[in-house]
Amino acid sequence: MARYTYPEEHELQRFVQARYRKAWVWQAVFLSSLIIAIISLTALLLNVVDGSFGYIAYEFKKDPYTISEKPLDELTRDELIAILKDNLSRGAYNKLNNEKAMEERSQSELYNLVIERIIQIKTRETYPFFRSLFEKEKIEAEVRENFPDARLEFRSWLSPDFLTTPMSSRAEFAGVRTALLGSLWLVTIAIAFALPVGVGAAIYLQEYSDKKNIINRIIQTNINNLAGVPSIVYGMLGLAIFVRTLESLTSGALFGVTDSNGRTVLSAGLTMGILVLPLVIINAQEAIKAVPDSIRQAAYGVGATRWQTVWSHVLPNALPGILTGSILAMSRAIGETAPLIIVGASTFITVDPQSPFSKFTALPIQIYQWTARAQSEFHNIAAAAIIVLLAMLLTLNATAILLRNHFQRRY
Amino acid sequence: MQPQNSQYAIETRDLSIFYGPFEAVKDVNLKIEKQKITAIIGPSGCGKSTLLRAFNRMNDFVPTSYVKGEILLHGVNLYNKEIDPVEVRRKIGMVFQKPNPFPKSIYENIAWGARINGYKGNMDELVEQSLRGAALWDEVKDKLKQSAYALSGGQQQRLCIARAIAVQPEIILMDEPASALDPISTLRIEELMQELKKNYTIIIVTHNMQQAARVSDYTAMMMLYEDTRSGTVIEYDKTEIIFTRPKDKRTEDYVTGRFG
Repeated sequence: MARYTYPEEHELQRFVQARYRKAWVWQAVFLSSLIIAIISLTALLLNVVDGSFGYIAYEFKKDPYTISEKPLDELTRDELIAILKDNLSRGAYNKLNNEKAMEERSQSELYNLVIERIIQIKTRETYPFFRSLFEKEKIEAEVRENFPDARLEFRSWLSPDFLTTPMSSRAEFAGVRTALLGSLWLVTIAIAFALPVGVGAAIYLQEYSDKKNIINRIIQTNINNLAGVPSIVYGMLGLAIFVRTLESLTSGALFGVTDSNGRTVLSAGLTMGILVLPLVIINAQEAIKAVPDSIRQAAYGVGATRWQTVWSHVLPNALPGILTGSILAMSRAIGETAPLIIVGASTFITVDPQSPFSKFTALPIQIYQWTARAQSEFHNIAAAAIIVLLAMLLTLNATAILLRNHFQRRY
Repeated sequence: MQPQNSQYAIETRDLSIFYGPFEAVKDVNLKIEKQKITAIIGPSGCGKSTLLRAFNRMNDFVPTSYVKGEILLHGVNLYNKEIDPVEVRRKIGMVFQKPNPFPKSIYENIAWGARINGYKGNMDELVEQSLRGAALWDEVKDKLKQSAYALSGGQQQRLCIARAIAVQPEIILMDEPASALDPISTLRIEELMQELKKNYTIIIVTHNMQQAARVSDYTAMMMLYEDTRSGTVIEYDKTEIIFTRPKDKRTEDYVTGRFG
């Protein structure tokens, strides 16, 4: 018998300690990776929060107290109309009246008009959240010195109004309503296209195709690669196919819509659909693969056809996985920006998207636009819009988890 | 070819089963008796399950597999081009090694097979009869809507038997149906098989020679060819003969535990 040379009794202690040391080093490495990840995420969040709230120094062209004794937002419609009449030139008033009769405008519309046309708030400076929190006196002193006429007020750029007002050229009045609705349209169209097509392809690849066949293997490999193609390439594809080649379809010309070109929410949604298609296919394939073979055999054993087996057993059991994958795909579609720029999202649009043939903008586009502006208040609303986008993503992912838990089966 | 009455339930003629170039089972000639239990025994890897799965064309799902020779049911070769394997599997049911009920209710487990095969009668009645036939009715009659996964392993396996008999096959194939069960559940399955053979022909693959001796009327002994690694039936006879005075020396060695 061979003699095995394990450590002798007196070496054992040192040997064991060396092993523990090695294990400890690795554990520390893993922990620090986690800490780095957490720090980056926290920094991101703090940065966004920093921009979304804070002091704002602004001036009035006309002090509201000189035109009304009561606070403006407590005035009735008639009083607001009177103010508009008194303070605007006749020409300007008539022009507004011609756009939409004053009597037809709501109280808040009139209020906004007064603010925009008469009071004319002018933002002098905005301050980030954490400075506002910790250096209040310093900010006050700074404002007194630089803008003696300015008022200082704490403002939350993220507010219910921010969600419900459309785009505006003035950051103080701008909201994400148009972009939010655009994003929802986009995702709905993308998933309505990608889900059936993707699940169908996954069923074919997984249940019908001969996996040893060379052509099927090439297709499979290519689907996996497509999932990694840069999104801007899909944008080019969308531009060529949906915006240009299929313009009569995507502009709605075939359906009698006349005032539109191919740069519609439909084109963008289909482009996003193609972009997430490989993701949906791969996820659905994984979900189908996870259904145990014994269930298929049982179904075949009682004389089921392939389709009966897939429909009654494979699909229901794969459903939670398919749903999770689809919602992850939706999150991807919501966050993508590059393809939208290429397909032609509108940069300034105040009308809600009404149909698939509407012009549109989307949250990431809006954020991109606003961060590119020079005025600092646009950076504040960009930060607020980022919070809206993150909240939307979080909601979707939470839905994915809930759905998965609800449909999950155990074998 | 018209179906004809045969004195045998199912018959193989020079049956060879291939996986690609590999001949897994070679030249099998078996005449399975009606309403009897036929056991297929033999050492691991000798092609017992492959042979069993050829009877209801389950091997079709292995892409490279094909057969030579014939399997005759009522005088018709099951591997004829015009034969639909789906139809074959309805006539020749199967119970698998591990209990594999559908992740549905107990009721649905039985009803699904009937429904997809176009059963038009009273479903409640069929479910009850099938469960009674599998000696499971009394245990589950109050919880038919519950998941089949709430049952014990032995009950699940009897549910699988009930599911198989619900589509009224002629033959039931059992691939080591008790190997994943405890001795008491095994005993119940064996008792059930004695009941079932009044109406069905049963072919069972088993590793357990005592089981083969206890339950079967006929036994086929399989063995590997040393040179080609193909399995074949070396002896097929009444079970009592196989276990008491086999003609083949290798069978004797195997059943007495000297080999395998």
